[in-house]
Amino acid sequence: MSRGATALPAILRDAGLSALVAFGLFAVMIGLKTDAGPTSLVLTPRPWAVVLAVAAVFFGRLAMLLWRLWRPAGVPAPRRITAGFARAGRYIAPVVLAVALTLPLYAGRYWLDLGILVLTYVMLGWGLNIVVGLAGLLDLGYVAFYAVGAYSYALLAQDLGLGFWTCLPLAGILAACWGVMLGFPVLRLRGDYLAIVTLAFGEIIRVVILNWTTLTGGPNGISGIPRPTLFGLTFSAGGGPGSFADFFGIEPNLTQRVAFLYYVILGLALLTNWVSLRLRRLPLGRAWEALREDEIACRSLGINVTITKLTAFAMGAMFGGFAGAFFATRQAFISPESFTFIESAMVLAIVVLGGLGSQLGVAMAALIMIGGSEMFRELAEYRMLIFGLALVMMMVLRPRGLVSGRTPSVSLGERHEIAPDLVAQGRG
Amino acid sequence: MAYALQQLINGVTLGMIYGLIAVGYTMVYGIIGMINFAHGDIFMVGAFLSLIAIVGLGMLGITSVPLALIVTLLFAAGIAALYGWAVERIAYRPLRGSFRLAPLISAIGMSIVLQNFVQVSQGARVKPMPQMIPGGVTLLSSDGFAVQLSWMQIAIVITTLILLAAFTWLVTRTPLGRSMRACEQDLKMAGLLGIDTDRTISLTFVIGAALAAVAGLMFLLYYGVIDFFIGFIAGVKAFTAAVLGGIGSLPGAVLGGLAIGLIETFWSAYFSVQYKDVAAFSILVLVLIFMPTGLLGRADIEKV
Repeated sequence: MSRGATALPAILRDAGLSALVAFGLFAVMIGLKTDAGPTSLVLTPRPWAVVLAVAAVFFGRLAMLLWRLWRPAGVPAPRRITAGFARAGRYIAPVVLAVALTLPLYAGRYWLDLGILVLTYVMLGWGLNIVVGLAGLLDLGYVAFYAVGAYSYALLAQDLGLGFWTCLPLAGILAACWGVMLGFPVLRLRGDYLAIVTLAFGEIIRVVILNWTTLTGGPNGISGIPRPTLFGLTFSAGGGPGSFADFFGIEPNLTQRVAFLYYVILGLALLTNWVSLRLRRLPLGRAWEALREDEIACRSLGINVTITKLTAFAMGAMFGGFAGAFFATRQAFISPESFTFIESAMVLAIVVLGGLGSQLGVAMAALIMIGGSEMFRELAEYRMLIFGLALVMMMVLRPRGLVSGRTPSVSLGERHEIAPDLVAQGRG
Repeated sequence: MAYALQQLINGVTLGMIYGLIAVGYTMVYGIIGMINFAHGDIFMVGAFLSLIAIVGLGMLGITSVPLALIVTLLFAAGIAALYGWAVERIAYRPLRGSFRLAPLISAIGMSIVLQNFVQVSQGARVKPMPQMIPGGVTLLSSDGFAVQLSWMQIAIVITTLILLAAFTWLVTRTPLGRSMRACEQDLKMAGLLGIDTDRTISLTFVIGAALAAVAGLMFLLYYGVIDFFIGFIAGVKAFTAAVLGGIGSLPGAVLGGLAIGLIETFWSAYFSVQYKDVAAFSILVLVLIFMPTGLLGRADIEKV
């Protein structure tokens, strides 16, 4: 405590300076709100909001500095958490899986809907993980494939009358084709350039969907997308012949459909997980991981970098397409608004927070981020603000994600967990 | 012909705005090798600060347009510079030396924060503003089409050129510029030779943000309407401009900005307005594929 007493004035000064900067930032932006007046804009002063914001910064900074001063010495906390997480990992996964499998038995409608949402992002995260986490290709336009999948299903169902299970593989194949189309020209690019080109592609696809009104309905989107069936049995609230409830002779209930959708996305997500785990053991998956670590070494060892990168793009895109088709059938309505850059950023954040390459980490990250931002739903317009702040804070505090150590897919003899600070990141 | 000339004028004006934003991207990328994703949103913040200042000055009864604009410019640039500093201090500095993806994600987070901060504090509605510099000169008229060069466009081009000249002077002639160039060549070596790299990087963000805020003011004056989302598209286009010109090169950023402005304007004029963003982004993709170093950039050789 004596250490704290001597440093206290310095801490107060630091917090005071932060408050001063916050005042500079907020005085105008929060303090003066532009409102529509009778003829032109007028300013409405809001001094109390500024005082509140500045006070929040002051005490927030104070609390942070005090915590930094008084926190227990020894092994830094993140490392202990990581180690504990890694050890607990083999027990967490079966428990999470068991909870996920049995959720519809005891959870209500709200929790199932939330579960579907989280699982959709888990699946997207695992899909993007192939591209970013395994192959080390930074993709900021992943939502494009999600959109391709969703629109493929919606259009095929609407114009050709095909069902969900026929369209699902088609949507995946179409998205994979787009992945190859996108991947082909950008193969030569590295790192940030690749990121910005994929972002541009994502935007191009969104703008085209938005403006190609005759095909996609433009901003109005497509509605009345058919729901999936269970071997031909429909899930309708009214029951009736050919419905699930009628066939099994039970009371028709909307929760049945939600539970069915839940199991569909759970199955799709587990498929994604299984495929990527298996792929990691194939020569292809090993080539991806090698590519992530060092592209030049890969070339020197005779790995076909073109094919390797393209398959990663195609594989990731395919799962994005599956997830998109599911999204379309769950919502029964899609519009370009669902496929903005923020979705790409969200999925990428999940993958990075999950620790780039860790399947369990991605699932936990999706649970925390999507579930967490769902908890803040009442805050309405503050929700994204909090999301952004959380993103920055998580990056600053734990840049390597929740599960930041890495177990090598290939090793000689016994496998050792690689500590987070030793994981060399591929530059590609 | 007259129509094309008019588009040329409009395109150059737009290109100047993009160029000013692109300078911020190119400087930051040159020094610390990251895409400052929040830069487009600093531009948006600058536009909002300008709007508040103009409305505020109007309510105070200042009617002289040049005076109001100069005060607004200084005010917006100053506070936006503070925003640039704060963003760097909060989101990027703790991550220096971390792996490459971390600052990018942090920057995306900061971009979300700035957008939603402005949305929450200023409202989600678009903010219209009456034209401040009306009128112009008619250069020539033929085929019943008059080529207009508005005072606004002249003001935008002249302000940009003055700022760029001042900035070039800063980079090439002052001690700060020298340390910036040193940091760009080799950050670690510059640090070893006694350059305060943290301070240099901070100042780079501050200057970039101030320039972006001026671009925001110009955008506000030129289009007369802003909302909290303008930063994203403008940011991506300005980054495109920086890449097109060769990232890390200042004249390249301006050249790239002009190119993007012209492409966008001519595309809107002769093809379709809806797809103008697609045109700009396609250029980005094509340039990166066929000319990854850009117009004035240096080839980047990857060493083992």
